[in-house]
Amino acid sequence: GPLSERPLMEVRLGELHTWISTCHVSPQGLLGAVQKAWSSYCDKYIHVRRGGPSGISMLLAGYCLLSYGWNYQHLRRHRWRKYH
Amino acid sequence: MNLTFFDQFSSPSLLGIPLILIAMTFPALLIPSPGNRWITSRLTTLQLWFFNLVTKQLMMPLDKKGHKWALILTSLMVFLLLTNLLGLLPYTFTPTTQLSMNLALAFPLWLATVLTGLRNQPSTSLGHLLPEGTPTPLIPALILIETTSLLIRPLALGVRLTANLTAGHLLIQLISTATTALFSTMPAISLLTLLILLLLTILEVAVAMIQAYVFVLLLSLYLQENI
Repeated sequence: GPLSERPLMEVRLGELHTWISTCHVSPQGLLGAVQKAWSSYCDKYIHVRRGGPSGISMLLAGYCLLSYGWNYQHLRRHRWRKYH
Repeated sequence: MNLTFFDQFSSPSLLGIPLILIAMTFPALLIPSPGNRWITSRLTTLQLWFFNLVTKQLMMPLDKKGHKWALILTSLMVFLLLTNLLGLLPYTFTPTTQLSMNLALAFPLWLATVLTGLRNQPSTSLGHLLPEGTPTPLIPALILIETTSLLIRPLALGVRLTANLTAGHLLIQLISTATTALFSTMPAISLLTLLILLLLTILEVAVAMIQAYVFVLLLSLYLQENI
């Protein structure tokens, strides 16, 4: 179908900037997109009849990565600090 | 500027947004709401079983009036459990190492139990200040001691949680520093330290769960006295 109506997973990398320019950038739009992404993640990995540890593990791994990124300025200078 | 081992407990922030906000709200993502399905997913089933177990355990000694506290006590228990356990993952921040947060949790809840008691059954609540069967000359001293013990409870609740978690994280940091420092010179000693680190990590997981339970259990005990 036309570019603006395709979901994100079916957009090719080269068309990404065109796709971003066609979507509605507003607080409600952004919130709606986050809500949709979260519910599709839950439906795919968590609200399954025979789910495994993968759903929660991906969340925890993402949380660890986020915390690492948040602390990056502090962790960067770890080697050269005199007092840890 | 003298940076010490305690610098790891200052709240990190990026672009002015402190990490503690994310650390406090992330546990909510790990508890999916059951929705309107007849058969829930495995994760939801496990969580519902766990919440039922916790609520039953906490509410058993309380009579019907105390059951109003079920929601706040169970959610407090789950929150503390998740934040303590998440703090053991690498690079994460544990909000319960901050004394400010633990006192902010302990003080209002303790005060609520005391005020409930004073409002509904004032003589029984004040009667708790004097144990039965004390000899008459000891009564003034004992009342002072019991009042002090009552007033120190919120401090004890907050500081217990803070100190346990802070000490645990600090020990893990120290022993892991020792392990990596010793690895190049004496690998055998380094292996011994690694074994100690593994045992300590298991202890820390246990402490994280036990401290959450103790916090909520003591609050329910204070509630039992006063309800």
